[in-house]
Amino acid sequence: MAQPLLQVRDLRIEIPTRNKVLTAIDGVSFDVADGEILGMVGESGAGKSLTGAAIIGLLDPPLRIAGGEIILEGQRIDNLSYARMRRIRGKKIGAIFQDPLTSLNPLFTVGRQLVETIMTHIDITPTKARARAVELLREVGIPAAERRIDSYPHQFSGGMRQRVVIALALCANPRLIIADEPTTALDVSIQAQILALLKRLTREHGTSVILVTHDMGVIAETANRVAVMYAGRIAEIGPVREVVRHPSHPYTRGLMGAIPTMGHDIEQLNQIDGSMPRLDGIPPGCAFNPRCPHAFERCFKDQPVLLDAGPTRAACWLYDTARLEAANG
Amino acid sequence: MAERVRKHTPVAAAADMPLVRVTDLARYFDVSKPWLNRVLEREPRQTLRAVDGVSFDIPKGKTFSLVGESGCGKSTVARTVVGLYRPTKGQVFFEGREISRFDSRQEMRPYRSRIQMIFQDPYASLNPRWRVKDIVAEPIRAENRLAGKALDARVGELLKQVKLSPSDGMKYPHEFSGGQRQRISIARALASEAEFLVCDEPTSALDVSVQAQILNLMKELQRTFALTYLFISHNLAVVYHVSDWVGVMYLGRLVEWAEKRTLFRYPRHPYTRMLLDTIPDLDMSGRERAPVAGEVPNPINPPSGCPFHPRCPHANERCKAELPRSLPTPEGAFVACHAVEEGRLPVEKRDYALPRTDA
Repeated sequence: MAQPLLQVRDLRIEIPTRNKVLTAIDGVSFDVADGEILGMVGESGAGKSLTGAAIIGLLDPPLRIAGGEIILEGQRIDNLSYARMRRIRGKKIGAIFQDPLTSLNPLFTVGRQLVETIMTHIDITPTKARARAVELLREVGIPAAERRIDSYPHQFSGGMRQRVVIALALCANPRLIIADEPTTALDVSIQAQILALLKRLTREHGTSVILVTHDMGVIAETANRVAVMYAGRIAEIGPVREVVRHPSHPYTRGLMGAIPTMGHDIEQLNQIDGSMPRLDGIPPGCAFNPRCPHAFERCFKDQPVLLDAGPTRAACWLYDTARLEAANG
Repeated sequence: MAERVRKHTPVAAAADMPLVRVTDLARYFDVSKPWLNRVLEREPRQTLRAVDGVSFDIPKGKTFSLVGESGCGKSTVARTVVGLYRPTKGQVFFEGREISRFDSRQEMRPYRSRIQMIFQDPYASLNPRWRVKDIVAEPIRAENRLAGKALDARVGELLKQVKLSPSDGMKYPHEFSGGQRQRISIARALASEAEFLVCDEPTSALDVSVQAQILNLMKELQRTFALTYLFISHNLAVVYHVSDWVGVMYLGRLVEWAEKRTLFRYPRHPYTRMLLDTIPDLDMSGRERAPVAGEVPNPINPPSGCPFHPRCPHANERCKAELPRSLPTPEGAFVACHAVEEGRLPVEKRDYALPRTDA
């Protein structure tokens, strides 16, 4: 089997504070294959955005990568210098953030920003760069692209601005796009347009996407695989259909039951009591143990690793084969 | 139209009136430039018709939800119904009394405590310098209903009703998480013995597991105290879960309202259908979604005729010229659409996947 496009191995991100060092991301490992959309879902503070930021090398100090490896196309990128990482960012990894207005410079036309980005990464004449910029805008579905290229960001609506940001991320034909809540600020009809666009781009260009969002519906609709994060760790990872329909980890099961769905008449939503621990209050063992209905002694001592749980992998001791064998016989 | 409605709703009709009735409600905002600019640039006044011609009923003990995209006027309806805005046109009735035309605070006073509002942002709606027990006690103090030990006991009871501990009363709002703060907002609303709660996106700022806790709590309180809710949300799945009746708004107008199962199973208005088709959900039915082209137009300069006609696949000349009236359908819905009225738009049934299996 060919090497996956991106490998994240045992990633650990720390925040040094005055009293002690807090661990924001702890032992996160996953792969992203070519042309795959990997969803990362979790509640606020679960570490999904941090993981994305670490991959593009945009962690804000004092946050730091304290361990693990990030490997893109066989090359380690987590220990590169700022200057070398800058060459990779944009060229190999593109980024789309939640608020399109903050990703664009309000003082320059979108054309100028596109041309500048294209020329930074590709050896090309300004005329050709401009032609490519028009082509990109057309590709992301901006009507009358040759005219709109000379507009300023504020002259676009929210949905159109997000399209410009996607065009900007596509400038150098990156292999991987990190999309951090790309549709959260948009209305549902616009959200559907942007998600359809992302899906089409991965299909046509073979670009891989890491889609970070809190909206399980967006993931179900868009992603191939999903990683569910909880308190800085991956609780469960697997094909979207399996994670949504047959979740294995008690947290994922609770989460799926807590999401209301159209057309289902139920009086009570499933409720996970309590809330996700803060970084300074993550309990030893499994981070979910205070809220877990199935917790047993081992959950309070050892931190679970990802174990095979049918079609998905879950970080839960319930799926420890030794335990399963003992139970069976 | 407005005249006719006014004639037919005398106060004496209170007995057969629903708890809340909104008729032909409109709220305009003046968004003109300052006077000097208007004179120099020779520009007329500009009005934003945030809400126009909205009518619906909410029976006692039921939940009516308004859904729509941002800027459709759903929050303006909420604020007008509780009396934070004065309607430009139309009426709001509570128990058959027209509360929207009260001229003095004195007249409104008996109704104030019975109608309460819960806001989206639980961080902004609680005074950070007050202890929780004072926040919750404030509506009771305002009416001098209780004092001293009795008041403390009542506050403790209210906190218990929203699943907080009476000892939490000594804490300040910043010591609570978003979900717990929303519980405090609910306790405050219950403190005045409110019967009608207007909830403007109460769970939009919360994570899903916390959202489930709040929605469960709201439903439980509704059963216990026979509360009536006007629920504002952009999340159709949440709306399906909490509502009895659902209204869909587009550019300040209520385009369709119906009992929730009717609306979700047999949506009539093209905009309702579009909303139902574009919202990603967990069904993963694999249906190919046709994303609707275009965006919500600027409400300051809305399209002529039916506001949805530029994006509507069924629009014709009449839709461009004439504003559709809200008419009842055989299924018991109210739909403002020429295509539906003329029978050009056949009934379509929407199916939803069976409940997800749990492992």
